[in-house]
Amino acid sequence: MKARQKRLVLVGLALIGVAGATTLALSALQSNISYFFSPSQVMASEHPSDAVFRVGGVVVPETVARQADGLTVRFDVTDNAAVVPVSYTGILPDLFSEGQGVVAKGRIGTDGVFYAEEVLAKHDESYMPPEVADTLQTAHIDGIIEQTTESLKQ
Amino acid sequence: MMTTNWFKFASPAAFYPIAGRLIPWFGRIAAALVLIGLFWGFFLTANQLGGSNPQKEYYRIIFVHVPSAWMSMWLYLVLAGWSAIGLVFNTRLSFMMAKAAAPTGALFTFLALWTGALWGRPSWGTYWDWDPRLTSELLLFFLYIGYMALHSAIDDTRRADRAAALLAIVGLVMVPVIFLSINCPDPNQCAALHQRSDPGSIHLSILIPMLTMTFGLWAYSFAAVFARLRTIILTRESDSAWVRDVIAKEATV
Repeated sequence: MKARQKRLVLVGLALIGVAGATTLALSALQSNISYFFSPSQVMASEHPSDAVFRVGGVVVPETVARQADGLTVRFDVTDNAAVVPVSYTGILPDLFSEGQGVVAKGRIGTDGVFYAEEVLAKHDESYMPPEVADTLQTAHIDGIIEQTTESLKQ
Repeated sequence: MMTTNWFKFASPAAFYPIAGRLIPWFGRIAAALVLIGLFWGFFLTANQLGGSNPQKEYYRIIFVHVPSAWMSMWLYLVLAGWSAIGLVFNTRLSFMMAKAAAPTGALFTFLALWTGALWGRPSWGTYWDWDPRLTSELLLFFLYIGYMALHSAIDDTRRADRAAALLAIVGLVMVPVIFLSINCPDPNQCAALHQRSDPGSIHLSILIPMLTMTFGLWAYSFAAVFARLRTIILTRESDSAWVRDVIAKEATV
């Protein structure tokens, strides 16, 4: 084997090693991606009792209530299995809304309420001007109505 | 069939004038595309987003953020690619190309992180979070810095080239991790603040100026990397006759 071919093999082996490492890193990220506790885990008391941790889930619609002081907000977070009530004093991020994903950092009080120091909202993959989004939403609803009426006919 | 001897262009002496002629063209293309992309993105798009992602004016940072992030990953592939070619074929120009690409790549990584922080504050509620994509992009920035630091820490240029090239290849792990770290089956079950991105769910009025900016930054990268490459060529080949000729010629102008 010529020296150049030897080096080609070595670089090739290095690239295969790198590909292997990447695969392992990605599969680790897939399975161990949650650095927060779900409401079910909190209800099962799997969370640390005396430390700050994170709760992640979806804001339950129609539970967001502003308290009398005007700054504190109470809402429920769910993973569709359990519900954790959250209290947060401060300015909520722009993308915080009912039915959307949220990650709250804080600790749980003796009253079972999660007192958050920080509330993070997630964004969505869609980037649409409002009028286009509205049209799509209407089309989506029309599609659902059509499907439902058709399945009712059958 | 006509065969081109590609190794002809691998000679620094042959590529030095070619790079010099290409720089102004890439510079012009970059300026035109960036101006079009920014004007289009900042003034001709909707003032806010609708639907399930109702962001306000600040969503327009996407026209800088996403193209920078793409270029930061692409330039790392370029850096690692030239490093691998250099290691295998022992071509001087490949190592110089890799070294010239690193600062531009680091610049775009920094820009992606910084614009992301400014965007994350109003939309997510935080400047920084240890989200998988943010963390891996930060590691990419450290890799660029590490590549440059390792290269300048070794005095012997040839040994510096090889050591830094090996680091670049090992660091290649980060690029697919950054790109694929958001593939979470159910967004609400994952901590990642970034969501799966799909060009199909980005409206064309946003996607096209974003791509225009990307090509503009790509053209800028060519111009900047070639300019840096010419300096590296002159420095490294300073003992050769052709460099003395070039310097003598440019001194008389």
